[in-house]
Amino acid sequence: MIELVVNIVSWVMMLSGVFFLLVAGIGLHRMPDVFTRMHAAGIADTGGADLILTGLILQSGFNLVSLKLVLILGFLMFTSPVATHAVARAALQGGLKPLLSGGEEGERGRIS
Amino acid sequence: MFIAAALGILGGMVLAIVRALLGPTVYDRILAVNNFGTNTVLLIAVISFLSGRPGFVDLALTYALINFISTIAILKFFEFGNLAKPYASGTRGDS
Repeated sequence: MIELVVNIVSWVMMLSGVFFLLVAGIGLHRMPDVFTRMHAAGIADTGGADLILTGLILQSGFNLVSLKLVLILGFLMFTSPVATHAVARAALQGGLKPLLSGGEEGERGRIS
Repeated sequence: MFIAAALGILGGMVLAIVRALLGPTVYDRILAVNNFGTNTVLLIAVISFLSGRPGFVDLALTYALINFISTIAILKFFEFGNLAKPYASGTRGDS
């Protein structure tokens, strides 16, 4: 009984993680700017990765594999915000302006 | 069900690599490649469960480390123009 509940919770988490990954991939194409694309790609790094890895941990049980999956989960949780912040800082220093609501359209995506 | 998860992750990887090929600026490409690497880590972890080989999880852990370091290194190269002397004045690349 408890195994069935754990299986169902694990599959729901994995499938919703895959949904978040696909939403992030679609957002990479539909967003107009590098900063808004960063906002979409952060969904994959936090929501998708955490949900899929937690689902795999529930599938594997309590052993060495789940310890390694916990290590991957913690590492992704620490490094993906750092990487996203570094991309934003490098894009700002490289001369890209965020697309504001009052800005003109010609400014988008151009390195000065 | 592991196959469904692997196919979904592959779809996300295809979308990310199309953005990396099309991206108008270099930062779009770096962002898409970082997203692609995260998807690769998840795909390796799912494939280790799909094929019943728990050793693949070590590969996923190693790939997560390499992906982060390569992203930071490429960003540092495009931000400062070189990898060795980041804070020397007047050496910032125009890229």
